[in-house]
Amino acid sequence: MNGFSFWTIWLRNGRVWKKNILATLIGNLGQPLLFLLAMGYGLGRDMAPVAGLTYLQFIAPGLVASAVMYSAALETTYGSYTRLTVQKTYEAILMTPLGVVDLVLGEIVWGASKGMLAGVIMLLVLPLFGVMPSPWVVALLPMLFLSGMFFSACGLIMTALAKNYDFFNYFTSLVITPLFLFSGIFFPVQTMAPPVRGVLEMLPLTPIVSLARILCYGRFDEPVLMKIIGSLLATGCAVWLAGYLLRRRLIQ
Amino acid sequence: MSQTILQQESVPDLSSQPAIVSVTGLTKRFGDRLVVDNISFDIQRGQCVGFLGPNGAGKTTCINMLLGLVEKSAGEIRIFDLEAPRFHRDIKARIGVVPQADSLDPDLSVEENLRTYAGYFRIPRRLARQRIEELLHFFALHNRRDEIIEHLSGGQRRRLLLARALLNEPQLLILDEPTIGLDPQARHLIWERLAILQAQGTTMLLTSHYLDEVSRLSQQVLILDHGQVVVQGEPRQLITDMVGLEVFEVDGTAAELDALAASFRQCNATQERVGDKLYVYAREDCSRLVKVLGEAGSWVRRPANLEDLFIQLTGRSLRET
Repeated sequence: MNGFSFWTIWLRNGRVWKKNILATLIGNLGQPLLFLLAMGYGLGRDMAPVAGLTYLQFIAPGLVASAVMYSAALETTYGSYTRLTVQKTYEAILMTPLGVVDLVLGEIVWGASKGMLAGVIMLLVLPLFGVMPSPWVVALLPMLFLSGMFFSACGLIMTALAKNYDFFNYFTSLVITPLFLFSGIFFPVQTMAPPVRGVLEMLPLTPIVSLARILCYGRFDEPVLMKIIGSLLATGCAVWLAGYLLRRRLIQ
Repeated sequence: MSQTILQQESVPDLSSQPAIVSVTGLTKRFGDRLVVDNISFDIQRGQCVGFLGPNGAGKTTCINMLLGLVEKSAGEIRIFDLEAPRFHRDIKARIGVVPQADSLDPDLSVEENLRTYAGYFRIPRRLARQRIEELLHFFALHNRRDEIIEHLSGGQRRRLLLARALLNEPQLLILDEPTIGLDPQARHLIWERLAILQAQGTTMLLTSHYLDEVSRLSQQVLILDHGQVVVQGEPRQLITDMVGLEVFEVDGTAAELDALAASFRQCNATQERVGDKLYVYAREDCSRLVKVLGEAGSWVRRPANLEDLFIQLTGRSLRET
């Protein structure tokens, strides 16, 4: 029973979120949709096919993955930091039977759920742009959730280290934006020169973007297993580190 | 008003019961700084213990160690006869806390705040709904149930924090400055409710800088300074033993006060000069000296109180940490 106590924190966040659904959805989905429109439709019309796909088809799955990343990472930075400092929500929670582990799991699973929701909405919107996902796309859903866990945990690590909101500029400018640009959403990583390719393939969003493209179109042109194992390991480490750092911040 | 939720099982014989809180040799160091230095105390069932001390005396650190929010450096804490922090989940399920800083969820309504908090304690939904109803009435918040927290007054927020702390029918209520920043009406309403809870046998640990509040509510006080317990006991007894029966406060010029001070030496009293003021703490009836005072400028005669004891034990210098 106790193992699922974190669920009550998820419910609390859901209750607050329900009050501002529209604002959060526009915040989370605006950017990927605008990129799909400008780059895919605007720029892509005059471009040669990339890896056998139109440019819009090429970038669409990666933008789904990026929607998950943005939504999850922003929730556990700005959102969680507000709960930690201004609202003292964590302090209130730690005065109940819940502990830091429940808190960390509740926040990360919540961030992942929000990320997953953004990803699913993106997938549902793709047919409007003429992109028809294959049935394999169902297998993408758990991967999007896993990626949401990873980026939520990264955000929570930043929250545990932050002294003020400005600190998150480092995270968004130096981590999230580069990942958005260099994880193979906009250009194929496989055709890069080997050393560059090696570096780009180590980025945590790259395997998710590849998996999104593979599963979206059911074209298994790359090995899948290593990407899944790598993502699982990275997520496990990030969750553990988030727990360690938040505990250090909350319990003196 | 609330009959069912706030009642505790009555325990007639207090002495044979283990203490609700039992702390031995509790110590906390932050680096080189010794914040809590080898503190020991007990809180018996049904008692309200006032935890006093100047800023930085170690009160909050001590309470946070009881709650597991600060790790102890040494010592032993037993709450409900369970060892802390090992059994914190069980311990905290039976404690209610009114924190000093408002930690209500600002986006949620009054009722949603309570429902959410009941969820953390895993109180079944039906039972929670019933308790919330009773607590909203007990704290006169029932017609603000759908109000967003931002729209509540300071007094209403404090009452909501109290209601929230009572959701799990706590056997120990920890109140950290429960009426800070409130107007007299709001404070009196809270005192009245706390008195009802006390009459029902709720054990309380109270910290406050309002010493009239502590005198009103506590049967035991514990004064901390520099991380150590300076004194502990029954407040009236401590005041009589350590300060005296009554206090004369006299304003005047240095020459006038010198003359008065000499007169008061005929009576069993201690004296203190602070600026243009003379304090005389009388240990016996000094009525016969009132005629001497009649000639002085302005003076008051009042019973000795907890504030006198507090100042005597912790000094008059400001504590700014």
